[in-house]
Amino acid sequence: MSGLTLEESPTTDGEQISNYTINFGPQHPAAHGVLRMVMELDGEIVERIDPHVGLLHRGTEKLIEYKTYLQALPYFDRLDYCSPLAQEYSYILAIEKLLNVEVPERAQYLRVLFAELTRICNHMLNIGAHVMDVGAMTPNLWVFELREDCLNFFERASGARMHSAYFRPGGVHQDVPLKLLTDIGDWCDTRLPELFGDAMSLVIDNRIFKQRNVDIAHVSKEDAIAWGFSGPMIRAAGIPWDLRKSQPYDVYDRMDFEIPVGTNSDCYDRFMVRVQEVYQSARIIKQCIKEMPEGPIATDDRKVAPPKRAEMKQSMEALIHHFKLYTEGFHVPAGEVYVATESPKGEFGVYLVSDGSNKPYRCKIRPTAFSHLQAMDFMCKGHMLPDATAILGAIDVVFGECDR
Amino acid sequence: MSTVLHSAPKFTSNEGVRDALTKALGKHVIDSSEAHGEIIITVKREAVEDVLRSLRDDHDYQQLVEIAGADYPDRAERFECVYMLLSLTKNHRIMVKVSTDEDTPVPTVTTLWPVAGWLEREVFDMYGVTFDGNTDLRRILTDYGFEGHPFRKDFPLTGYTELRYSEEEKRVVYEPVELAQDFRSFDFTSPWEGADYVLPGDEKAEKEDDK
Repeated sequence: MSGLTLEESPTTDGEQISNYTINFGPQHPAAHGVLRMVMELDGEIVERIDPHVGLLHRGTEKLIEYKTYLQALPYFDRLDYCSPLAQEYSYILAIEKLLNVEVPERAQYLRVLFAELTRICNHMLNIGAHVMDVGAMTPNLWVFELREDCLNFFERASGARMHSAYFRPGGVHQDVPLKLLTDIGDWCDTRLPELFGDAMSLVIDNRIFKQRNVDIAHVSKEDAIAWGFSGPMIRAAGIPWDLRKSQPYDVYDRMDFEIPVGTNSDCYDRFMVRVQEVYQSARIIKQCIKEMPEGPIATDDRKVAPPKRAEMKQSMEALIHHFKLYTEGFHVPAGEVYVATESPKGEFGVYLVSDGSNKPYRCKIRPTAFSHLQAMDFMCKGHMLPDATAILGAIDVVFGECDR
Repeated sequence: MSTVLHSAPKFTSNEGVRDALTKALGKHVIDSSEAHGEIIITVKREAVEDVLRSLRDDHDYQQLVEIAGADYPDRAERFECVYMLLSLTKNHRIMVKVSTDEDTPVPTVTTLWPVAGWLEREVFDMYGVTFDGNTDLRRILTDYGFEGHPFRKDFPLTGYTELRYSEEEKRVVYEPVELAQDFRSFDFTSPWEGADYVLPGDEKAEKEDDK
């Protein structure tokens, strides 16, 4: 505690009290990771917040410069570890844009399917954590069941529960069995709506939950644009902006889904946008399963994607291609691109500079949380101290991604 | 332009945008390019604020999405700042570039977008590029009391200091980096395609050439 300004307060009978500064974090259960916020309080009213980020900075962008394009891919899983595949998505699309490589339809459907499954997986964590931040325990335990299901699906597709490294330049790593697709479809029809519906029925109309979230951290449309908001944050402000719709990639342009938008632009709207997105994602998943064609799951350009294992037993050329791809890696034509996709948290972008070699010259990652977290100060101003946790929960930050 | 085969995000066509923008920005533009479906406009450093204001107000690029730094040590002005702009109404993206060196500050754009504050802090932290007019140019991602700018190409990947918890002193101590084995950077490029080292067995051939 340190005294800052001495002023007369109307509530203390002329007795002088001072603002005081507290440290929120870096280890705080409501900070969603390692966030330190220096808060200046007047009683319980937040006057100013200075978020200190970077406590989880691992220099990912620098490490990527020392790896081949394929070796750098798993770093993206480890950025936002709540929605790993959504981060890979931007990176592989950036590579594909530089290479100008065509991706087979089945691979595009698989990527959309798993990106949407990732969205559900991510929202389960955020919705649960947000609800718990404002005092409810049970829904979190229920939605974590669903998150567990999602992770099991990832494991069945790629062999890894979280850090799947499933999306590859030119397609996906391996094909999925039919049983997995039917299981995901059944899950979307039965378990997801039941369990999620039950959990949300406890929260959505709950008096306490509404008192903690409605009209908290109102952000106008103009502010949302100026502060670089994206994803559910900008949609809650009433701007129907979704990169899946406006700048479609892979087969999103064939998908029939709706963009939920908020009306009041407060924490409750941000929460409800995510809740609705879960149902829309399930809709997309079902369409993917229905429409997915048979066929190859990666490009047949052997300078980009490796050959099948069986082929390597027969063909010398396939063996050479495999060897070259996993030692030297592929070369990417010189140039620079910025590719952004709609990750569950917002616009996740990758600015990739290639000098024509097998390693990226520069890979700048545009995290979603960075701009949202910067707005913490003006969103919290004038609110009570406990509201800060609700606001933070509604932003949906993960520090692996924010700090890189 | 070759046909588009990839399935990366599709926004509004670039057709005519580059010419229109370079014409509108006039004397501020140094260079402009259009490759891989991206429009990049290089502008004069001093004019970056005016350029971005004009792009925001007259050309509907409402959102500043990102400021990326990059380091090209061979150039006279080694650093680049790349401003990614997004138009929500036109559904279009462009990049605006300025270059600078260690000593010359870039005008801040916090006057145009509040989001620029942290983005500029990050470029400053990572590359040491200063921004004239940014009142809060503190380090952001690196440790408290960190020295140097880690994303510069001449900064080693392993850094200069490492930290550990000292049982004797009962606190975290900083020490110079000690690598258990030498830092290895593998060069996987094919020796037949321009390796910059002498191939094993070729040493003799070099000598014969000298004679």
